[in-house]
Amino acid sequence: MLELRVARRIGALELRIDLSLGNETVLVAGPNGAGKSSLLRLLLGVLRPDAGRIALDGDVLFDSALRIDVPPEERGLAYVPQDYALFPHLDVLRNATFGLAALDRREQVRRATSWLERLGAGQLLARSTAALSGGERQRVALARALARTPRALLLDEPFASLDPLARQELRGSLAGWLREWQLPALVVSHDPADAALADRIAVIERGRLVQQGTLEQLRRAPGSGFVAGLIESAPDPAGNG
Amino acid sequence: MKWRGPSGWDAAQHVASAILVSFLLFPVAALLLTLSWDDFVAGLHNPILLPALRLSLLTTSSSLTLVVGLGSLLAWRIARRPGRVSRWMEAIAQLPAVVPPAVAGVGLLLAFGRRGLVGAFLAAHGIAPAFTTAAVVMAEAFVSAPFFVQAAIAAFRRVDENLLVVARTLGASPFRAFLRVGLPLAAPGLLAGAAMSWARSVGEFGATLLFAGNLTGRTQTLPLAVYAAMESDLRAAQVLSLVMVALAFALLLVLRRFGPGATWPGAEAHGA
Repeated sequence: MLELRVARRIGALELRIDLSLGNETVLVAGPNGAGKSSLLRLLLGVLRPDAGRIALDGDVLFDSALRIDVPPEERGLAYVPQDYALFPHLDVLRNATFGLAALDRREQVRRATSWLERLGAGQLLARSTAALSGGERQRVALARALARTPRALLLDEPFASLDPLARQELRGSLAGWLREWQLPALVVSHDPADAALADRIAVIERGRLVQQGTLEQLRRAPGSGFVAGLIESAPDPAGNG
Repeated sequence: MKWRGPSGWDAAQHVASAILVSFLLFPVAALLLTLSWDDFVAGLHNPILLPALRLSLLTTSSSLTLVVGLGSLLAWRIARRPGRVSRWMEAIAQLPAVVPPAVAGVGLLLAFGRRGLVGAFLAAHGIAPAFTTAAVVMAEAFVSAPFFVQAAIAAFRRVDENLLVVARTLGASPFRAFLRVGLPLAAPGLLAGAAMSWARSVGEFGATLLFAGNLTGRTQTLPLAVYAAMESDLRAAQVLSLVMVALAFALLLVLRRFGPGATWPGAEAHGA
């Protein structure tokens, strides 16, 4: 269970979000500049809220009143940014073991290899990251994040840097993986097609959560022009999208 | 149809290139070509050469260690915390590059000399660096720091913020993220900066002469030894100069190998 209630002023934007999610995937949608990526940075602990509280499975990660601010490395959150941020100076295996420094090398390799294989990237182990395709990069980045057994997953525009074919293939795979992992997962996206991934959609506009619900609920009563547009281009749940 | 011959513009480029390249080459060539083998051997045996070479290597490696050690942290701070304080720090760290070396020497003396701004306080505690080997190191560090710091800031700025955030979410402390991600990705730029900074401190003359003096074995580095030798034995000055040219040439090879353009393969894809 990930709960957050945060306020933060960023330039002209007044971000004020109250959101909680269980073991489900929530798509955070919204126009550019609405505060989607800032929301992730607040959760990760690289941007400090002016006020509020963030808790994960009952552990407080941030509380302005109690003056608690757990550093990013101790929050147990996995983060995969839009460009996947693979370390260019390390090969695939060393990327995947980066987060496992507490284990001995043999266990690091075992765990990283097993995750790379689960995500269909087992054959890439010794490759340089420069030689990977976009889809392969995403698989490696996910394996690297999940090898640490995180307590929640944050994905920023997971498919934006992929070509349409890889996008469709990986969206299908990711939907399956998310169901399997049973983690609170926040997926930031501006692509309506990504709604297919999510149990719920949270729409952010100008720093505020303007509407949330399932795709069907949003379809029945779109709360804003943006939501109506989003629904219009989202895949039909009655179809196989 | 008309056959196109070389234009006046083409000719101008060739002539200008020939003039400047030969002008730049002649002095270095003259150092080599006007010295006979016997003169070279005799010059090598001049008693001021070895102490000067040893002192130069000792002081420049000390100043380089200081500049790289402190400069890396300063550059990281400036690159990662943009703001007014960082802009001021960057400007101040650039200052010695545009201050004439002789002025730097006067400034060092007024700051750290026996009656200087900070020097008076230091002297009261038994520390008087002026006209000692420590003063040589200080003068070299002063004039060479901007070259390293500027290169390091540029190299650290090219490290994608997202890589550092991801490293943190993977359990790395800020220090480990610096060590395992920031430092290796910036390494080519840091190395090039260190090389430029070292070259500057090996050649340092004016500030050293004013702040440290010209004492054989204590403050007489290679450039000061060249100056001292010119008065008695031109051959010795020439041999000393050739030693410095050899050092510079070795450095040039290192720079070509790890020049500022060199980065990790694929790093550009993440550097945006």
